[in-house]
Formats: sequence, C-alpha cells, structure tokens
Amino acid sequence: MTAQYTRASDIRVDLLEIARLIEPGKAVLDVGCGDGSLLAYLVREKQVDGRGIELSPEGVNSSIAKGLSVIQGNAEEDIAFYPDGCFDYVILSQTLQAMRRPDRMLEQLLRVGRKAIVSFPNFGHWKVRLNLALRGMMPVNKTLDYPWYSTPNIHFCTIRDFVNLCEQQNIHLEKSMAINAKGSRMSFDNLYLANLMATQGMYVITRN
Amino acid sequence: MIMLFFMDQETRAAASDIAEEDGFAEVVTLGRGDPLRLDSGAQISLFDVAYKSWGKLNEDKSNVVLICHALTGDQYVRGINPITGKRGWWENMVGPGRPVDTDLYYVICINVLGSCAGTAGPASLNPETGEAYGIDFPGITIGDMVRAQAMLLDHLKIDQIFSVIGGSMGGMQALQWAVDYPDRVNTVIAIATTWRHSAQNIAFHEVGRQAVMADVNWMRGHYLAQGDRPHAGLAVARMAAHITYMSESGLTSRFGRNLQNRDKVAFGFDADFQIESYLHHQGISFVDRFDANSYLYITRAMDYYDLALAHDGVLAEAFRGTETRFCILSFTSDWLYPTSESRYITRALNAVGARVSFADIEMDKGHDSFLLDCPEMFGIIQGFLNSEADATGLKFERCGP
Repeated sequence: MTAQYTRASDIRVDLLEIARLIEPGKAVLDVGCGDGSLLAYLVREKQVDGRGIELSPEGVNSSIAKGLSVIQGNAEEDIAFYPDGCFDYVILSQTLQAMRRPDRMLEQLLRVGRKAIVSFPNFGHWKVRLNLALRGMMPVNKTLDYPWYSTPNIHFCTIRDFVNLCEQQNIHLEKSMAINAKGSRMSFDNLYLANLMATQGMYVITRN
Repeated sequence: MIMLFFMDQETRAAASDIAEEDGFAEVVTLGRGDPLRLDSGAQISLFDVAYKSWGKLNEDKSNVVLICHALTGDQYVRGINPITGKRGWWENMVGPGRPVDTDLYYVICINVLGSCAGTAGPASLNPETGEAYGIDFPGITIGDMVRAQAMLLDHLKIDQIFSVIGGSMGGMQALQWAVDYPDRVNTVIAIATTWRHSAQNIAFHEVGRQAVMADVNWMRGHYLAQGDRPHAGLAVARMAAHITYMSESGLTSRFGRNLQNRDKVAFGFDADFQIESYLHHQGISFVDRFDANSYLYITRAMDYYDLALAHDGVLAEAFRGTETRFCILSFTSDWLYPTSESRYITRALNAVGARVSFADIEMDKGHDSFLLDCPEMFGIIQGFLNSEADATGLKFERCGP
C-alpha cells in the first residue's frame, strides 16, 4: 500500500479520501481496521461512534491502546454476530482481496451497514497488465508487497471485476472513485480508463 | 539509615515501596437494619467486609477503580500481605505509574463474601451463636459477592465506579457488576474469564471439594470447633486446581521431566520429579493461608455462575441497553477459561451494540498469565483506561511525586 501521509491528519491519503465520504456523528464499523488510524481519525475529527474488527494482534493492541472499541477476530466470521443495519457505514479498506469469499463479505457489509465503503487494489492497472504480459510474472511492488506463494491477498480483482460482481449481486454503486498511486482521487469516471489507470478502486455501495 | 546502607539495591527499593504504598486497610461491619439478601433467599444481618485502598479519591468521586480478586485472592493487591508476609498479588498492574495508576485513580479491592481475609465467610463468627459458622454459613453466588461490595461502596458514599477490573473469578464479578449495576459502572475490564462455568470447570471444582470433604479432619465442616483442619484434603484440592492455572508448554519449559534432588528415579512414591515437588509446595503453602470451607463456598459460587441464566440462556440479553464500555482480554494458552469464552462474551456485547474491545493475548503460561508480566496486557489496559478518562473528561488530582 502506498505510504503517503498528509501532515495535517497523519493518516494515509487514501484513508483520508474514505474519511471525506463520512458525515459527522455516524455509526461506523471498520472491518480490518489495522492499527486503528482511520477509526481514530474519524472518532477525533468526525465524532463518529466507531467500532473495528482486526485480525493481527499488533493492530488490535495498538487500536485498543488508542481507546478504540476494536475486537480481535476474523472478519468473515465475526461480522455475522452484528445485528442487521446497526451501522451507517461499514468500511472495508484494502481488505476485500484477503477474504475467502469476497462476494459473501459484500452481502454481510450491506446487511450490518446501510452503506459500505470498499477500496481494493486494482489488478487491471496498466503496470500489472504489462508486468504479466511482458515479464510473465505475478506483480510484486510497493502496493502488493508479497510474492504469490505467501500473499494473504488471495482474491485479487480488477475494477471491472468488482463492478460486474456488484451488478450480479444487485448492489448499487452510489459513488465510484479511481485512486492513483499517491492515494489521491483521479478525475475520470470512465470505467475503461479507471480500470487501466487507477491503482485502487474505491466505491460507496448500497442495496438496490 | 545504617540499616539501609547494608541492604542490597533490591531490598532498599522494596523497602521504599512499602513506605509509599502501604495503602489504607479497614474492616467495616455492614447489614445493620439492612441485611444482605442472598440469591439463595437467605439473609445475613451482620457481616464484616474488609477492603484495602490506594491513591486519592477526587472531588467528585469519579476516579474509583474497583479491583476484584480471584478465588483464592484477597484485598492485598499491593504492599506486604499480613497473612502471608509476601508482596501483593498485582503489584505489576496496580501502583504509581503502573497501568492502573494509583497516582491518578483511587483503587479499592474488597475481600469477597465467603472468603477468609477479613470479610464474612464460613470461618467468621456467627453473631447469633458466637461460634464459627462452618458449613452453617449460607450458600453464596458471584452476584452475592458483588451485592456485598455494592453495600460497602454505599457505606463509603461512592456511587460511580470508573472501572471494575478483574481476572478469572475477578472477571466474573466485573461482568456481574455491569449486569447488576449498569448505571454505576463506566468501564469493565474482564480478563481470562467466562460468562458461565462449563461442565469441565464444575468438574475440576468438584474434585477439589471432594478432596477437602474426604479428609477426616474436615469433620463435616465443623473442624474449627474441634481445633483441627483438613490440610491434606485442601492441599490436594489446590494441587489439582493449580494444574488448571498453568499450561502444558509452561510446565514443560519450567520442569520438563527433571528429577528432584536425585540422579535417577527411586521407585517409591515421594517426589521423584520436580513438578511433583512444586505441586506439593503449592498445596502446603496454600493451606496455611486459606480456610477449607471458604474454598468449598467460593468454588460453589463460581459453579453457580451463569450470566445468561436469567435471560433464557441468551447472554446478549443480560447486556441489552448497557452504556458501559468493555475490554475483554483472553490468553492464547488459557485452557481453564479459553479464548472461545471471551469471544462469546464479545459477540454477545456486539449483538446489543455495546462498546467492546477484545484482544486474545499471545502468552504460553496458561490461565495465570493475567498475574504475570505481560507488556501487551499492560499497554492495552493503560491505553483503555486513559482514553476513557480523556473521553469522559475525568479530572485527576495527581497525588504522589
């Protein structure tokens, strides 16, 4: 993942893009919240009622020590124990590709939340395509910093794949955003160009 | 001063600690005109409650931390325990600059009902007969222990508790506090604990109780009047229980199959192995400080513990509407109250939208990990308390240097 920080907020630029989508005072669940940076920012700057699920012990310890209501667990198992519609927003940032069943995860996100914000690395990016086409190797770079045999990212997709899945699952794309390598939003909303140029896709999704 | 000069560094540090950390100890007689109503339906009309406290209560009494002790614990969290002569059982957690900082919080620990360190229990005198209760002491529950604690806090004119913290049976009390007195408890930290005693938990306790009662010196519970004590039975109970507080990997790394003061096995039945000798020591040192009947009553209270019982078995219902913030901690190697129990509590809290943090801490020392030096646990608890203090605008009147 890109390590671009803004001085004002101390959180990654792409996380700041997510934060911009959330109105103050909302109930927010961050699935795979890492060390709790985004959640802490939302609690501090937007006074949200924030909760988190995180798998890594380091992330959980650091989140709780920040004063966040974060539980250690496997998102795919633990999300089932939240009641329907108890969050305004559920965030799944850079985690979809690590799920065993991304399709079921999307269903769960929209069961517990009215809206979900999903971001994921785009395997349709031209560098990834070029890498595979010319070098014949799976991409390993700053954003995808694992060799194929030990990566926790088991279900990569392209922006187009994601859009297709949402269509199949009758999920409405309320907002589509293309994110560049710096973590900032790109201006075009053409699907073909976004799928070629964006390193991340970011979507606000709701139930149709 | 001359004495100090000859002491080694460590002893000197310890001596200065005692002077600063003596705390305040008191025994209060409660129940006059307002008896303690027990879950069994019985009442206790006059009973002592012993507690110890550290730190300074702030102006609006909002900095109270209640530490709940475990089965064989007591109120001597810090400083020298007058019963054993040893240092308190949670000095690494509670004290100046510790995760539960006595420079900031007013920390109180209350000896539980049924125990034997000053609070009424089977070894106390029955005011009606002038003799020790023995097994005429009424049966008790974790809920009764918490009710007695609430009566003491009422007596001390303390209404609000900033945090109730406990491990093992202390964690059960902390959760019971949140369920029974939701308006009085801001936060709960429940460590290495459960929401109900499992069949396996009850089974181990029953082995311990049978060991006590099988000792001829138990005398159907009235040994105190006879001037004897079921030491052998209680020691066996403690030995069996102690195994459940540790882990196989912990025992293996500490003792392995090492022999005790010998090169080869003796083909007899005294302690060949170090682990045997260690367990004997645990048993023998326990009986001097703990009343056998107290052990029966408190293990029984733990067996009766089931927070979901009053809610048709649905634990989440016990917490519905709670405003309390929870921190649930388990240890990876705890097989007495395994991680799955803490996860179950966490999920129940999530189901009713409670604010809950949960961490399963990597430790290989088993259930008793909560008493050991564990930087992860310390960091989490300190962060949890401080952030909540910040969020609620808790005003500290710093004491100490």
